[in-house]
Amino acid sequence: MKNNKIFYFIVILIVAIFIVLLLGLKEEKNYSLQPETKKLNNSILLKELYSGKNIFLNDLLLENEINLINIWASWCSPCKAEHPYLINLNERFGINLIGINYKDNLDNSKKFLSDLGNPYDEVLVDSDGTKSIELGAIGVPETYLINNENKIIKKFVGPLDQDDYEDIISLIKK
Amino acid sequence: MKKITLIVLILIINALHSNISFADQKKNIDHITKNLRCLICQGQSVYDSQSDFALSMKKLIRIKIKEGNTEDEIYNFLKEKYGEWIVYEPEVNKNTIFLWGLPLILFIFGGLLIIRKVTIK
Repeated sequence: MKNNKIFYFIVILIVAIFIVLLLGLKEEKNYSLQPETKKLNNSILLKELYSGKNIFLNDLLLENEINLINIWASWCSPCKAEHPYLINLNERFGINLIGINYKDNLDNSKKFLSDLGNPYDEVLVDSDGTKSIELGAIGVPETYLINNENKIIKKFVGPLDQDDYEDIISLIKK
Repeated sequence: MKKITLIVLILIINALHSNISFADQKKNIDHITKNLRCLICQGQSVYDSQSDFALSMKKLIRIKIKEGNTEDEIYNFLKEKYGEWIVYEPEVNKNTIFLWGLPLILFIFGGLLIIRKVTIK
């Protein structure tokens, strides 16, 4: 009788482990973006591209407005693809757009902006990529929509496309 | 002469001390980066990867350690940015309690079975 109990207990335990492992297999194994309602770190200090002055990222965000932060590099071809969208967002909708130049040669980044146009109100430099990590970035290009409470409300990983562009416009107009 | 000997001795001790603290720091960085997942690589830790993301992450961790952050503070900072997925070793919470508790349960249960068998004999 006792042996039977142990046997059933072992069988139930094995089935339970099997079910847990099976459920574990169904879980998403890739990195998925975090829900973006986190306040921006207020100690991110970067150099301005043209003047070389140190500026806190938070100081560039306009109060009571939606702000856009775009991480880019001149060596990144998807950044070229999304550039017209950024120009449109800045020129047509007047959104405060801050560019963070990621691990780039400064002369190349200046040339990139003079050739393709400068959509940014301010361009900051993240020469070693550590500041982008403090923002939660995994690479370039990435774009963050910041609300009037300095919270990241939407994160776009990869180049902006037409859908993202319309998404940003609808969020600005809200 | 005594003064010179003293100065040389101080310099040697200082060099040895900075070498030891550098080695400790390197060990600490390696330990932390081995437990961090490289989010843009296939099955590699930040320690193993040479991607831009991993190199920047290693540099940031070095800065954080120099600033006096503890290992847990660094993990918490990164978890806040990238979520629980960034660390290989999951923390104990309601979703992982079974994962952490199961080996212990099996160990105790197995141990009891063995003790029982031995005492019966």
